[in-house]
Amino acid sequence: MKTPAEATDEQIIDRGIEDGAAKLTQDKVKRVVQKMLAAEGGARLKTYIETCAHCGLCSEACHFYISNDKDPAYSPAGKIKQTIGEIVKKRGNVSVDFIKTACEISFTECNLCRRCVMYCPFGIDAAYMMLFMRRICHKLGVVPQYIQDTAHSHSATLNQMWVKEDEWIDTLHWQEEEARDEIPGLRIPIEKEGADIFYSVIGPEPKFRAQLIYQAAVIMHAAGVDWTMPATPGWDNSDMCMYTGDVEMMARLKKVHFETAMRLKTKRIVMGECGHAFRSVHDVGNRYLGWKMAPLPVIHAIEFFYELLRDRKIRIKKKFQKPVTFHDPCNIVRGRGLHEKARYVIHQTCKAFIEMHPNREHNYCCSAGGGVINCGPPFRKKRVTGNRVKADQLEAVKAKGAEIVIAPCHNCHGGLEDIIKHYELGMELKFLGDIIYECMEKE
Amino acid sequence: MHAIYEIVSGPMVWLAAIIFILGSLYRLIFMGRLAAKKDPMVFSYLSVYYSLRSIFHWIIPFASVNMRKHPIMTVVAFAFHICLFAVPIFLCAHIILINEAWQVKWWYLPNPIADVMTLIVIGACIFFLGRRLLLREVRYLTTFSDFLILAGVAAPFVTGFWSYHQYPGHETAAILHIISGEIILVMIPFTRLSHMLFFPFLRGYAGSEFGAVRNAVDW
Repeated sequence: MKTPAEATDEQIIDRGIEDGAAKLTQDKVKRVVQKMLAAEGGARLKTYIETCAHCGLCSEACHFYISNDKDPAYSPAGKIKQTIGEIVKKRGNVSVDFIKTACEISFTECNLCRRCVMYCPFGIDAAYMMLFMRRICHKLGVVPQYIQDTAHSHSATLNQMWVKEDEWIDTLHWQEEEARDEIPGLRIPIEKEGADIFYSVIGPEPKFRAQLIYQAAVIMHAAGVDWTMPATPGWDNSDMCMYTGDVEMMARLKKVHFETAMRLKTKRIVMGECGHAFRSVHDVGNRYLGWKMAPLPVIHAIEFFYELLRDRKIRIKKKFQKPVTFHDPCNIVRGRGLHEKARYVIHQTCKAFIEMHPNREHNYCCSAGGGVINCGPPFRKKRVTGNRVKADQLEAVKAKGAEIVIAPCHNCHGGLEDIIKHYELGMELKFLGDIIYECMEKE
Repeated sequence: MHAIYEIVSGPMVWLAAIIFILGSLYRLIFMGRLAAKKDPMVFSYLSVYYSLRSIFHWIIPFASVNMRKHPIMTVVAFAFHICLFAVPIFLCAHIILINEAWQVKWWYLPNPIADVMTLIVIGACIFFLGRRLLLREVRYLTTFSDFLILAGVAAPFVTGFWSYHQYPGHETAAILHIISGEIILVMIPFTRLSHMLFFPFLRGYAGSEFGAVRNAVDW
């Protein structure tokens, strides 16, 4: 079996994996795995494993497989074979070293992008299998250190970035003050009961990209939207616990998010431009809380911008001049079908739009999603070289004249930024909000 | 020889049929109950419309992107599955046997066509074997059981062809034909061949998640 470390010509040492594994024995692994299989290994896991015809047709769906010179160890079914497949076959009787490798594969060689689900004749959900593996790793205490730290932040502060409550409020005040220099009457309404919209963002926005809150406030103001943000935890809609296999904590995060929106008696939640957060609120977290769908309407920023432009709530002063292309993020395209609405927004705001291929549901992942980028610097090189196909895709669209890549997702930004830099593509990245802010009539 | 023929074409057919039917029912009911117990959300999200949309989409050749990416595999896989079912059910010789036993009969395939279809199944099995041996991504996934299953599927067709054409040793071939047919029936519920039973459920679930929850297509 080819190990992932060999594949990248270097030994990746991750303290979270090493230290966690040091505390394990084969016997303990077996006990924990068997308990997990008995408690949560249901019909989906069983049927998926027993039905897979080993046909290999999923391979070409995966950017890791294509980018690693079609090494079969990177194909979706190949990764299942090396991880959860083997665990089920051996009923947990696997070594500690096996767990270390399985951890690395499931956390850093699969973005849970679900592209392969569309390529499997049976629709076997490889992302579910990888998440099952990650959950076993979580139970065993073997999780890459960086993403585990993020999960710790979630459990201690209910946000992803160790942002304290006063820092959060302070950031909102700061951005409001900055924005009032540009637009004097602007407010960022905090704790406004009964507002139409509860606007939530991910932890990195107040931490690193506060200007996005500024821009959102300008758009809300110009559109005359009745909106609010909370002063309490629950403002962060992100969820790395969903990706570490800590489903209990994931459910707690979603509960706080929903309950904060309901405490403020808001009518619906509008989420910033983030993909994984949308997946957790729309698709995953609600299920663990026993809600078939979210308890109040939740929409992603794309849908919100689409509504604002369709209803002429915001007007475009002058269309964005440079030619743009669009990266379809998996969690809001394969995860919510927002691709056409995104294109509507682009056509309304940009002068020249060039499609990259493949696109829409078939777009290649950024390779940052699914918590992979959150596993941090030890795995960066592998993540970037493991997505050479994305660079080829971007290069092709650049050759057609595209200068700007629009990606309405934070993870995609992180991933694409690294790819653009590594492959020296010289393209610029933007959110849809950046474009709208730049081109709209602000008063 | 005659005594063996009597046994394999009499009680063993019954046994195989009963194991196939009861085994399949057992597998489906067991899996349904397991899903209700451990994955109840599967039923909550199941949508009849999106299930059917997905199932029909995936039984039409070249309707999915991946089918168009692998045109030879698509042609072979469809031809194989169609012939695999059509030949045993609509073979004149099989219908005569059933008619003799139960006085029921139905439309049958002209023998030369059934002959060609048998060769298609055998050829497809050789193609699948070739994929398993030659394509890196398939070889990586292949286990010994995959070869056994492939041999198991090919056997009734090879022996059937042999005995129909009365090649030397065709009497033995006929007995082997019946036995291998019985073996394959028994194998269906308990091996990877159970994909025949689970296909509509897996596709239906994937279709429902993609269509009803995620507002996207799954092909």
